[in-house]
Amino acid sequence: MKKPVKAVINGREIISEEGRTVLEACREAGIYIPTLCFDERLEAYGGCRLCLVEVKGINRPLSSCTTPIQNGMEITTESPNLTELRKTMLSLILSNHPDDCMCCEKAGDCSLQELAYQYEVTPGKYDGERWNLPVKDDNPFISFDPNKCILCGRCVNICKNLMLKGAIAMTGRGFNSRPDTAFGRPLTPETCLFCGQCVSACPTGALIEKQSIGKGRNHSLRRIRTTCSYCGTGCNFYLNVKGGRVVKVTSDYEAPVNRGSLCIKGRFGYEFIHHPDRLTTPLIREGEGFREASWDEALDLVASRFNELKEKYGPEAVGAFSSSRCTNEENYLISKWVRAALGSNNVDNCARV
Amino acid sequence: MAGLATSLGAGAASNSFNQIGDADTLFIFGSNTTEGHPVVSIHVNRAIRNGARIIVADPREIELVRHAEVWLNLRPGSNIALLNGLIHIILKEDLDNRDFIRKRTEGFEELRAAVEAYSPDRVEKITGVSPKKLIKAARIYAGAQNAMILYGLGVTEHQTGTENAMAIANLALVCGQIGRPATGIMALRGQNNVQGASDMGPLPATFTGYQSVTDPNVREKFEKSWGVKLPAKPGLKSVEMLDEAKDGAFKGLFILGEDPAQTDPDLRHVREALGSLEFLVVQDIFPTETTRFAHVILPGASFAEKDGTFTNGERRVQRIRKAIEPLSGMAEWQVLCELSSRMGHKMKYDHPSEIMDEIASLATIYRGISYRRLEDGGIQWPCPTKDHPGTATLYQEMFSRPGGRARFIALEHKGPAEAADSSFPLVLITGRRREHYNNGSMTRRVRGIMELFPEELLELSPADAERLKIKDGERVKVLSRRGEIEVKTKVTTRSQEGNVFLAFHHQDALTNVLTSEHRDPITGTPEYKACAVRIEKLQN
Ligand code: SF4
Ligand code: SF4
Repeated sequence: MKKPVKAVINGREIISEEGRTVLEACREAGIYIPTLCFDERLEAYGGCRLCLVEVKGINRPLSSCTTPIQNGMEITTESPNLTELRKTMLSLILSNHPDDCMCCEKAGDCSLQELAYQYEVTPGKYDGERWNLPVKDDNPFISFDPNKCILCGRCVNICKNLMLKGAIAMTGRGFNSRPDTAFGRPLTPETCLFCGQCVSACPTGALIEKQSIGKGRNHSLRRIRTTCSYCGTGCNFYLNVKGGRVVKVTSDYEAPVNRGSLCIKGRFGYEFIHHPDRLTTPLIREGEGFREASWDEALDLVASRFNELKEKYGPEAVGAFSSSRCTNEENYLISKWVRAALGSNNVDNCARV
Repeated sequence: MAGLATSLGAGAASNSFNQIGDADTLFIFGSNTTEGHPVVSIHVNRAIRNGARIIVADPREIELVRHAEVWLNLRPGSNIALLNGLIHIILKEDLDNRDFIRKRTEGFEELRAAVEAYSPDRVEKITGVSPKKLIKAARIYAGAQNAMILYGLGVTEHQTGTENAMAIANLALVCGQIGRPATGIMALRGQNNVQGASDMGPLPATFTGYQSVTDPNVREKFEKSWGVKLPAKPGLKSVEMLDEAKDGAFKGLFILGEDPAQTDPDLRHVREALGSLEFLVVQDIFPTETTRFAHVILPGASFAEKDGTFTNGERRVQRIRKAIEPLSGMAEWQVLCELSSRMGHKMKYDHPSEIMDEIASLATIYRGISYRRLEDGGIQWPCPTKDHPGTATLYQEMFSRPGGRARFIALEHKGPAEAADSSFPLVLITGRRREHYNNGSMTRRVRGIMELFPEELLELSPADAERLKIKDGERVKVLSRRGEIEVKTKVTTRSQEGNVFLAFHHQDALTNVLTSEHRDPITGTPEYKACAVRIEKLQN
């Protein structure tokens, strides 16, 4: 067991545990601190300076994401001085950020937009030089608009430290630094996993899901929490739905197994749902081919044929295969159907395969 | 999972995925985790970053080898010899956990006698792994505080698959590396609901919750719940149904969501069998190789179109939720209810949650589970009561076998059923790629994935490529005793000399035309992982 730590945050006593940061302790206690570069999946980087807090006895503000919580600490998370500092940080970021919220894919789900709104920071306070760089989307899944990058480092960090891949890194210096691939080459299967972890880490619209562009933004999407159907890891994520179509997958940071992380299949592999090849109506064999049929006709045929075969050859001559791709409920029902309606134990799944 | 069930009691992973990062030693056995289970590999990466020691046992130089202290590059099909060899060293060097063996296991003397003959020199002859590496791996694993074994289909997809899993259990038990958090055995399986599909009992000999159909008390319980007399005789395994179909004794089959005509080994046999059925119904979301043989095809609903649960590889029951209406108007659970009712056995549920309630009432390991309780984060079985939090770590106190002790199983090396010989000199290993899934019917219909990974590639070693005068990217013919396919090659050091690798996701190169009909006699799992092939250049 970790040792408990007592501290006071905004005049309220809280109990956390040894090894936690001030930011973690605050979040646990339900106290909000703004962040841009912080990602729960990663070690704190302390770059964005928005999570600054005041600690009694220390005369300069500290980044809460890198400061360990200690017994007896007295912490203030909101003050006129902190607000001023945060406003300045945000104004500086906005000075080199396109005014594109109206058309930006990320609008409504963008940490920068949200913080600018919260701290009432409008673009144009500092008139800075702006990047004017081309969008890079030379691969099927990830679109990168470097102009919207705020250099929080989350994409680079997650690729290097969580995925151990290092497909992208911070390149250049000072004003010209930005995340990029080696020599600015396209992402390829040799270098990149296409896990989209970088996209999920990006707090702005710099890295976005290319497949979802133009298909709907945050306020118009319905989000349904679910479990991936591809492998037994059982990652959770949100299906984003608009007009009866799945248009995007987004991370569920509460997910017990994956905490927001996904792989290429989970994050980008949903397009099959609406593929034109989908079977949408029952088909009955006719000669060499098939003809469409109603559910009623098809189910009547299946029911009567199975009953006939059972009659003629006995229940041992009929059975079913079930699948480890189907739900528990379906697997349960098919085993019930075989045993109760067909009358044999000829049911098997392909779990062994 | 029969192997682990025999040794330990439950055919399931003993721990949780998020404990992997806390282990100080990981033994990755026959699992290309990075590709097969990418998010599990994030936990592996966390362990690596925390300084965990990594041992990899795999015939291929998989990505994790880069992080491994020892790579046991064994020959395909020599798992038991390797594991017996490791135990041999551990016993010789007194690295075993006597206390654990005495208090929590049985059958140790038989094991000791069996591994006696597996000296490092002999094991080297069988596996090709040097004694130095064997000794190093044995010391690392036995000396760990918290070691976890992650094993994959490289262990189970062999003729000796069940025994391979038992051999892994033997190793963990000898060292007492099981039954604590971040200490145990994780079986990484292929498909998403392998665990749940076993738990639910669409199995010839067991009802839901691994309860035997031959036990009259169990039958009575199910008869009462289902309101019908139930057969006592165990049914046919899928393989047997197909065999009997070919012989004309088995007549009618309903296939729900599977594609045996592409994913089963020895496809010719499967196709003949399917073709001999009097009546075949296939329900799937796409036309597949198997639907071609159907008399009736029923459209299935994708996971986005229905409510339900999956049970993941750490026994966690989790919800899927309906995001859109079923494209065909009906989800599978509704179709099955309708079908059963039309056949005279009425089934009616208003929502899948009611099916789960029925499951919970019949199977102890699911007893405490309900949709309401699954809302936050799922529950890991066993969950025996409505207020039980679920079980993250199995076997902390007892093994789930009669008497509570784990059982050592003495095993002998048998090797793959089909060895390389002069006419088929290479060993084909089949497996998965990160980007694709199973028969590929889903991933092949994602444009971006097809753009990046358009076709199957035969991986072969630079040495073999040179000997056969094959250039990287050249199309070749691959032949086995059962069939032949054409495929493009990729020359890579991931393959060791003598081994070639193919995945089985693409319809244009049906890998399983080549694979063998040999199976694990206990589970019926096909030997996907090893068959003998020959490569020929194409005549142009
Ligand atoms: S997709 Fe994954 S591997 Fe590729 S750059 Fe992003 S984080 Fe790195
Ligand atoms: S997101 Fe990837 S790792 Fe996670 S369950 Fe889906 S397929 Fe498996």
